[in-house]
Amino acid sequence: MKVTEKDVLYVADLADLELTPEERTRMARDLNSILEYVDRLNELDTTGVPPMACPELVEGAQVSDRYGVPEKKGTARFEYAMRADALGKSLDHKVALENAPESDGTFFQVPKVIER
Amino acid sequence: MDLNSLTVAGTVAAIRERQVTATALAEDFYRKIAAEDREIHSYLSVSKERAMAAAASVDALAGRGDPLPPLAGVPMAIKDVMVTRGVCTTAGSKILENYIPPYDCTAVARLEAAGAVVLGKTNCDEFAMGSSTENSAYGPVRNPRDKTRVPGGSSGGSAAAVAAGFAVAALGSDTGGSIRQPASFCGVVGLMPTYGRVSRYGLIAFASSLDHIGPLAHSVKDAAILLGIIAGRDPLDSTSADVPVPDYAAEIGKPVRGMRIGVPKEYFPEGMDAEVRTAAEDAIQLLAAKAGCGVVPISLPHTPYAIPTYYLVATAEASSNLARYDGVRYGHRSRESATLSEMYRRSRHEGFGAEVKRRIMLGTYALSAGYYDAYYLKAQKVRTLLTRDFEEAFKQVDAIITPTSPTPAFKLGEKVDDPLSMYLADIFTVTADLVGVPGISIPCGNSREGLPIGMQIMARHFDEPTLFRLGHAYEHAAA
Repeated sequence: MKVTEKDVLYVADLADLELTPEERTRMARDLNSILEYVDRLNELDTTGVPPMACPELVEGAQVSDRYGVPEKKGTARFEYAMRADALGKSLDHKVALENAPESDGTFFQVPKVIER
Repeated sequence: MDLNSLTVAGTVAAIRERQVTATALAEDFYRKIAAEDREIHSYLSVSKERAMAAAASVDALAGRGDPLPPLAGVPMAIKDVMVTRGVCTTAGSKILENYIPPYDCTAVARLEAAGAVVLGKTNCDEFAMGSSTENSAYGPVRNPRDKTRVPGGSSGGSAAAVAAGFAVAALGSDTGGSIRQPASFCGVVGLMPTYGRVSRYGLIAFASSLDHIGPLAHSVKDAAILLGIIAGRDPLDSTSADVPVPDYAAEIGKPVRGMRIGVPKEYFPEGMDAEVRTAAEDAIQLLAAKAGCGVVPISLPHTPYAIPTYYLVATAEASSNLARYDGVRYGHRSRESATLSEMYRRSRHEGFGAEVKRRIMLGTYALSAGYYDAYYLKAQKVRTLLTRDFEEAFKQVDAIITPTSPTPAFKLGEKVDDPLSMYLADIFTVTADLVGVPGISIPCGNSREGLPIGMQIMARHFDEPTLFRLGHAYEHAAA
């Protein structure tokens, strides 16, 4: 067993999840079975292989040029994702608060943050 | 009018020729949904007011004899992971049970601007995490073709709604196969476009490097028409590609003679379901014999590593994306917490279902100190190897054809207690998401029990035209 119930508690803490004791046991079992399966990735030698975070961001990716797609490497194809840092329209204050579980009309309200 | 087989083009023609009004058609669909969807459960909610207003404006145009927009009066269903202003959007989760979005998803807005009538929001696995729609917090969907079986997932509601004639077409989302696999289980066409082809603004995020929006429909032509409407750059989604949108519908009927079809041996493994194998092989042979395509045996050697790669990348991204559900700005808040951190934990505990918790846990684990390199980084590197497989293949072939799913629709309850066996239902679809290439599932026959079988066609990035040409050529040859 790679993942113990103690590990499950630690990860649940990182993820801000509360788990019942039954959920904890089940989670340890499920995570172990999934991790055992994903371990097969270690059969592959990935020395020198660059990580890929997103399609087309990998160095050397080839994109079809038959439909006017520019052939560029690396992140250059996403240059158009940049925009001017200009003030634009944003969500109306009142509308932004409409789904709030608790609000005083100006702010979102939450329980006590600092415990004494 | 036969609602079960009405196409997009057929609807628009009927409205243009004044055979039916958009209002009457929408009412017909609502009647059918009210009568028959109790059993199928494909819709989570219907948005009648909004639909009837859209239908009325189409009828006003038609009444004046004004030119009609391309989707005039087409009744459509939207997977409930796309936000709709003023219309409850749940993502199949209790945590968003009463969420009324203040804005519209771009893809939905584009459909409505083109005259579509959005009938309602369809059921799905919670946050699109699942392959059977059994992870919906609101109860499962039944497959219209066999009500003891699942419709696939996670866009099971959208696929079932189209198959049952509760909508002419639908939108779904695909992160690991969630459009194509349910399309194959329900016997309809499902398209996952190239990564970046369709804006995800307003799509509730699951795994951002893998999420796609695409159409489910009765025919390849309908999928092509719909993609033409929703595709294209959107300044509100920085990952939407600035790539021209060709006339996809014009590809329908163009010749495919001489196109090279790759058949990867890894997608036809020994011991696979014999009926699925035969259906896909027969479809490929038909394209060769009747349409003049060349068939090239190929290899995508890293295929056995796709599922482990996918479940590390997707869960890592999900653990980050779902951190936003904290009970502060919207969504469920636990009533009984004394402190802020207790409120976060309890709200998430009460709001998320078992599979969502499992994926958040796995993703958090894979990203945590000491495990990042071994799991997340390793998976990202293997993702590069999977992409290289496709680059090599597309040097030799124009398209790749495989079965969409290793089996036809399975029984409700059959896999719910075994997450790993559920994950393996996506074995033929996850790679296209990881690589970012487009894929379409097209019905290619039935099993002896009468269950639909789908074949998947994949092509180069932004080469949806090849999917439409080949897909339509197959439909034509098989008809």
